[in-house]
Amino acid sequence: MSSFLEVKNLSVAFPTEDGIVQATNEVTFSVDLGQTLAIVGESGSGKSVSNLAIMGLHNPKSTRISGQAIFNLESGPIDVLTAPTETVRKMRGSTMSMIFQDPMSSLHPFFTIGNQIAESWLLHNEGGKKEARARAIEMLDLVGIPSADRRVDDYPHQFSGGMRQRAMIAMALVNNPKLLIADEPTTALDVTIQAQIIELIKQVQKEFNMAVILITHDLGVVAEVADHINVMYAGRLVETGPVDDVFYNSDHPYTRGLLNSIPRVDSFHGGRLSTIPGQPPSLIHLPNGCSFQPRCSYAKHVFGNKCEISMPELSQKAANHLARCHLSEAEIISATKAGA
Amino acid sequence: MATPILKVSGLKKYFLSSGGFTGRNKQVIKAVDGVDFEIYPGETVGLVGESGCGKTTVGRTILKLYDPTEGSIFFEGQDIAHASKVEIFSIRSKMQMIFQDPYASLNPRHTVGEIIGAPFQIHTKLSKDEIKNEVQSLLTKVGLNPEHINRFPHEFSGGQRQRIGIARALALRPKLIVADEPVSALDVSIQAQVVNLLDDLQDEYGLAYLFVAHDLSVVQHISDRVIVMYLGKVMEIAKTESLFKEPRHPYTKALLSAVPIPDPKLERSRERITLVGDLPTPANPPSGCVFNTRCWKAKDICRTTAPELLTVGSSTVACHFPE
Repeated sequence: MSSFLEVKNLSVAFPTEDGIVQATNEVTFSVDLGQTLAIVGESGSGKSVSNLAIMGLHNPKSTRISGQAIFNLESGPIDVLTAPTETVRKMRGSTMSMIFQDPMSSLHPFFTIGNQIAESWLLHNEGGKKEARARAIEMLDLVGIPSADRRVDDYPHQFSGGMRQRAMIAMALVNNPKLLIADEPTTALDVTIQAQIIELIKQVQKEFNMAVILITHDLGVVAEVADHINVMYAGRLVETGPVDDVFYNSDHPYTRGLLNSIPRVDSFHGGRLSTIPGQPPSLIHLPNGCSFQPRCSYAKHVFGNKCEISMPELSQKAANHLARCHLSEAEIISATKAGA
Repeated sequence: MATPILKVSGLKKYFLSSGGFTGRNKQVIKAVDGVDFEIYPGETVGLVGESGCGKTTVGRTILKLYDPTEGSIFFEGQDIAHASKVEIFSIRSKMQMIFQDPYASLNPRHTVGEIIGAPFQIHTKLSKDEIKNEVQSLLTKVGLNPEHINRFPHEFSGGQRQRIGIARALALRPKLIVADEPVSALDVSIQAQVVNLLDDLQDEYGLAYLFVAHDLSVVQHISDRVIVMYLGKVMEIAKTESLFKEPRHPYTKALLSAVPIPDPKLERSRERITLVGDLPTPANPPSGCVFNTRCWKAKDICRTTAPELLTVGSSTVACHFPE
């Protein structure tokens, strides 16, 4: 059976004055209904860009997009990258929906919260304003806004940060979408509010049996909600697998480096943090061979400078677990022992 | 321990809101409402809390970027809360600040040499060449290439810019650095580099840090002691290890439990305390204990009487019913 969303060889490039920025490069993944996929990576790794493409939100005039993003709907499969604009517009909101990092700049300051949610409903449904308003109140209630029937007439500035993010979620869900893309939904929020919002996303996912794509840099949040992880580096998928496999048996030196470099609140050891040296490469001038090779402490252990010569393919490490690295597991272990 | 390098007592900072369009609804915002703590030489004190709890205001008031409304700030035994501008000028070289946003805190029209050289021009009588030498050795110290002295901030990445900000703060060999969210704008792999740099510099120069941050895992890693603030008041002060192992204040407990841990199996089995509601407004804080509106342990006394900071075990806690 095919997954709900299948992304195949998705590449997005932006031509600029300095050269072509290859923001994502041949990215392939899929998400099932009821499943949460987390996409992790540093700024500029292409995690947001690939999802804007899935939403059909790139300007075709200034972007070069290739590949496929197929939604397997009951009415048949639709590739949003080739479908007519009008079809994609109809799908946006009702099939797939997105929430963003900064709820203040994604809400219109001049319209009431209720108005904005109702507008989204009216776009996709036959019905009057009264019905839309009732639906907005219902949604605000669902996402846990207290006395929703009163707060529906508030403006965004009258809401706190956490409530705005709740309102964003209400707006995204008003047409019962099948896929929710959450782009750093809790990065701007305090930890106590973050916990509330994550709880809410988990709850609505269950209720509506949605597929969720969570874009984040916070591996703690990933550990909490994800079923499957995609790790991206310099526009490419470098590791993908079930959450436990990637956390406990990571096969890519970058993933290992990331996991090792974050301090944890549940274990105190002092001393120095382990780091990944250097910084992410420019997407215009990528290094030769593997993009991570200049920062990789294992590269020198690979026979014949293979890492500097050729880009490794994504290769199978375990069931559903793929990594883009020339090293085999055994080589990583022996290199670690040798003190890489 | 020795005498504290900084001793803050009864510190209050109130702001007057503009009162909106008509200017009639002026409100007093109690950003910091009676805070006491001290920092010893060579120590790192973490200051944590949710946004709006007053942690940044504390940092800025200590440096006299704001004038305190009430209370005293003793820096090396001298009360600077009411010091004149001239007196402050000489003290500024001993206490410096590192800012959160490495994009906004560096002047885009100045070269790195001018940015890091400015403290020397203002506070010392060094010649141009001497300043250049100092700047280059500082660049090396923070892990940047000294040949990049004539480059502009936009030519550097976020992590490198934060290093420039650190070099500028270090220039005059301060004794205390207030670091306000110094790594929160950086990518994960870069955060660890900057945290290690701050650690190394502390060892080398015996610096004291006030590390203001909301990321508890970083705070735990870097701090010797941690202060937890809520709505302008201190909830708990304790040695890092005991605060994270045995939080005494319900708020500390809730805050720690909200931090996700990068360990999927652990996360699945973890019981989480989810606080209901949002932070109340500091313009109209709840009566009694400021945390009582969100606290699951609150009783009548919490709504009427504000708890004092008292020693419980190895912590100092402001709570009627500490854990």
